[in-house]
Amino acid sequence: MKFSEKWLRDLIDPGLAHDDLMYELTMAGLEVESVEPVSGAFEGVVVARVVSSDKHPDADKLSVCQVDDGHAVHQVVCGAPNVRAGLVTAYARIGAVLPGDFKIKKAKLRGVESSGMLCSAAELGVSTDADGIIELPEDLPTGQTLVEALSLADVSVDLNLTPNRGDCLSMRGLAREVGVLSGKPVNATGGVVIPASIDTTFPVELADPQGCPRYVGRVVEGVDISRPSPLWMTEALRRSGLRSISAIVDITNFVMLELGQPMHAFDLGRLNERIVVRRADEGEQLTLLDGTDVQLDADTLLITDTAGPIAIAGVMGGERSGIQADTRDVFLESAFFAPLPISGTARRYGLHTDASHRYERGVDYELQTLAIERATELMLQIVGGSAGPVVETVSTENLPEPVQVRLRQRRLNELLGVDIEPEVVDHLFERLHFKLVNRMQDAHEGVIWTIEVPSHRFDVSIEADLVEEVCRIHGYNNIESRMPLTHLELRKVVLERSTEAQLKAQLAGLGYQEVITYSFVDPRQVDLYDPTAQPMTLANPMSSEQSVMRTNLLPGLMSALQTNVARQQSRVRLFELGLCFVPGEKLEQVQMLGGLIWGDRLTSTWHSRSELVDFYDIKGDLEHLLNWAGVKDVEYVKVKDEIMHPGQSAEIRLGDRKVGRIGRLHPEIEKKLDLPHPGYFFEIAGDTILVRPRRLHTQISKYPSVRRDLALVINEAVSAFDIEKTVREACGAVLIDFTLFDVYRGKGIDSKEKSVAVGLTLQDPSATLTDAEIAKHVNHALQALQQRFDARLR
Amino acid sequence: MDLKAILQSAQGAVESAADERALEEVRVRYLGKKGELTALLKGLGQLSEAERPKAGADINAAKNLVQGWLASRKDSLGASQLAAELASETLDITLPGRAKPVGGLHPVTQAVQRIEDIFVGAGYAVVTGPEIENDYYNFEALNIPAHHPARAMHDTFYFGDGLLLRTHTSPGQVHVMESQQPPIRVICPGRVYRRDSDMTHSPMFHQVEGLVIDKGISFADLKGTVIEFVRLFFEKDLEVRFRPSYFPFTEPSAEVDVQCVHCFGKGCRVCSQTGWIEVMGCGLVHPNVLEKSGIDSEVYSGFAFGFGGDRLAMLLYEVDDLRMFFENDMRFLRQFN
Ligand SMILES: [Zn+2]
Repeated sequence: MKFSEKWLRDLIDPGLAHDDLMYELTMAGLEVESVEPVSGAFEGVVVARVVSSDKHPDADKLSVCQVDDGHAVHQVVCGAPNVRAGLVTAYARIGAVLPGDFKIKKAKLRGVESSGMLCSAAELGVSTDADGIIELPEDLPTGQTLVEALSLADVSVDLNLTPNRGDCLSMRGLAREVGVLSGKPVNATGGVVIPASIDTTFPVELADPQGCPRYVGRVVEGVDISRPSPLWMTEALRRSGLRSISAIVDITNFVMLELGQPMHAFDLGRLNERIVVRRADEGEQLTLLDGTDVQLDADTLLITDTAGPIAIAGVMGGERSGIQADTRDVFLESAFFAPLPISGTARRYGLHTDASHRYERGVDYELQTLAIERATELMLQIVGGSAGPVVETVSTENLPEPVQVRLRQRRLNELLGVDIEPEVVDHLFERLHFKLVNRMQDAHEGVIWTIEVPSHRFDVSIEADLVEEVCRIHGYNNIESRMPLTHLELRKVVLERSTEAQLKAQLAGLGYQEVITYSFVDPRQVDLYDPTAQPMTLANPMSSEQSVMRTNLLPGLMSALQTNVARQQSRVRLFELGLCFVPGEKLEQVQMLGGLIWGDRLTSTWHSRSELVDFYDIKGDLEHLLNWAGVKDVEYVKVKDEIMHPGQSAEIRLGDRKVGRIGRLHPEIEKKLDLPHPGYFFEIAGDTILVRPRRLHTQISKYPSVRRDLALVINEAVSAFDIEKTVREACGAVLIDFTLFDVYRGKGIDSKEKSVAVGLTLQDPSATLTDAEIAKHVNHALQALQQRFDARLR
Repeated sequence: MDLKAILQSAQGAVESAADERALEEVRVRYLGKKGELTALLKGLGQLSEAERPKAGADINAAKNLVQGWLASRKDSLGASQLAAELASETLDITLPGRAKPVGGLHPVTQAVQRIEDIFVGAGYAVVTGPEIENDYYNFEALNIPAHHPARAMHDTFYFGDGLLLRTHTSPGQVHVMESQQPPIRVICPGRVYRRDSDMTHSPMFHQVEGLVIDKGISFADLKGTVIEFVRLFFEKDLEVRFRPSYFPFTEPSAEVDVQCVHCFGKGCRVCSQTGWIEVMGCGLVHPNVLEKSGIDSEVYSGFAFGFGGDRLAMLLYEVDDLRMFFENDMRFLRQFN
């Protein structure tokens, strides 16, 4: 809501300086968003009359004028097309300073002396109109400063109004609110009644009385559409952020700004038989005032005549019935539409207008007649004509009922945490125009007020609304602060779970930098990193690069990698913990942890050369995390995964469940990303890594352990996992540790085989193992390896 | 040879022994089986009985003397050898250590963890919820029916089928109230989404929602909690003011302005010269919201607040462009490690 401060002060003198008034508005919940002067900064510009205007002898487009500024007549050379004898305009005297610190000096233009300058509105920062010099009302006294003549010592204030305060979307409403805040009297707006001088009326039928319970109409005949809007009105509109269009449209807009009642003017000559306010038939069409064609749906509330739709009620008028250059007779509409149908409509058609903005927040349902009288008054003044009678068509039972609301003193004080004297509340209600219906004393509740909500307040209907009003007018900052009193309850700390913070600290300790990447990604990234996925797609993305929901963490991690590679980082370790969105019969929002490493293993220093990371770096990190979590029995299984290197990747399994994957990106993808070295990543389900199985003590054996190392020759295809599993099964519980400490291929070993060195640590909980027992266990292991894999000692 | 001469030459030999091996040779020469002093002892038999005791005692004393010299020479040889060894092992202790470069947490995570710590200390539980919500949890249950003008305040991302990206963490409130009876004290941190992007807006950002429901919870309690939190978070004794505002799910509703943490209210670029920074919205939980979730609004009351994790992180770490947080440039992120 943008308004002229001067206009507001014409309606109420709050006894406050500008800064204090702005502060009071903000602190009452009407947030002042910006304050701007209504013109550029200039001085030395006065009202002057062009006495004569003659062609410049040496320039076609210039005129040589004699200008009377009230003191003397000056010769001024002017290039404006609209300069003419008799025109009253703005004259910048010699020595004047125009916006941009432009000083006016004596000059010669094509050999003709020019003393001063005639100014356009744009040159003075009054509007953007640069087509010609400003045209002022003829009755302005010459010599008066322009600032005084146009009341330019004013500012446009823009309020950021919350949707509940539709009552403040007018000067009348703002003045009323400032009256509540300052306790000062408010001047009346409107109230002049224009008696009918002709009998002409136009019939109106309310076919949807819920949507439109009140429609006030009036005919004005014989208007002169060619007459312009007066300057005071176009200035008022401009300072409120509206453009002047034509006198009649300007009048309806002015009344909307002044009183808060949106209005519409139809060309009576283009209306057929009668107006019917009804819902649209599916598929009906309407060409709007702005020239767009809309296909109407059945929920749309319309103003129609017998030839079809003429306006979307409360949103925008149609082209067919609008005011045009040849309009002579006008039908004025001042209606009350219920908020709900209007807000739905404005949204569906994407038509957010000044009218719909007000209707969807609630227009005072008792305002219509006042507004139509005010508009008639202005029309007769400006465009002339004769007014017919005001005709009100109303469905009383569908009008909002005056609401009565109760406030209990006990509840008020409980909710605010303060003791407010009942007399203070009495006074507040009075200032708010809340009519006291009943005030009683109750032993338990204290005073119980029952008030009637005025018709302009759509936001007050329950006790909490009154609590808020009392709090607001009393002043939020006048309420003391205290800490809540509560019972000391102990915090539940889940035993078998780590916190995200603990997990992240582990990753940071491993050298990983946390990143936060967008949850919505480019569909091309999903194609690349999860080719078979059907991601959730936004219906209204901001851009196609952010239009689908990620199904895994790779799009974000890889983009972050590319960002950092492009910024000359040679060692990158990143992780992210966040939700991935997997559509299916039921949408799953799964928390995943992803880690990515690339480039140097260590930052190269004086004691180590730089080496690039490989598969076992990322695997070591993941194993570290799994050990930290206490997750046992994880299996790494080779599976076909299109986006990963077939020989350097694995699925991570816990029992039957796939909980993640690990390895190198497929070289084809590395190539697409233009990465100079391979990158390795892991992804694991958050619920896997965030569990922390309960640790239980087992007795530590007091007998010595022994270690036996075996060098085996075994088929190349046998994995370390298989060897370990076989040995563990063969030895049983006596094997307390297994380590694979060397792998050798090459000289002395068949090319289809490899040599593997393993260490077995054996210990019995209840006795020292004898040499014979040790040999027996080692033999079991050897036999098993031999049977299963044809392994032999080297 | 007389004893005196032997002692003299032994002393000279001990002192000039350069290492332990030379010293051993000296010992053998004088005290060994065929050593000079040993030979003297063996020659005692040739002396008269009267001379014998005295001569014997003299030789033994000389033997002890030589043994003492040998021992002390051995000690001093060892000490200088150790000193030489240590000298040869000296390092340049100013060269950097063999450290693994450490990673770190995102500044927004750190700010949110700080917020969590402050509230958890007062008995609040931390709960999280889904980011794709349905219309009911994001709007309806929070007293924002379809067509409500307040929906225009939330530039919502939709999927169709009534699904959307949550525009605030307030749905978290609803999930908690549905599953738990008062007293309730929770905060819900998480990602939220709105169609907006510039220096101070990102289409994805972080909110932390707080909710307290109990008997007798008042606006005064809300003010106390919010003011205390702001001062603890910034560790500065900042002015805090409450402005009436409007959220359909709270009443009374307030916007909270904090004295600029940068200029302390004088006016600067951070606060757009106003001296104030808007940090959160809050209010008493609207009775309709309580009732919709099955809580008797005549018995219980509560307050809720919600603020931007990124916004607080920006102020805490003096970051002036919100988008930096999501570029993930390691040179930026490492500043907070
Ligand atoms: Zn500042």
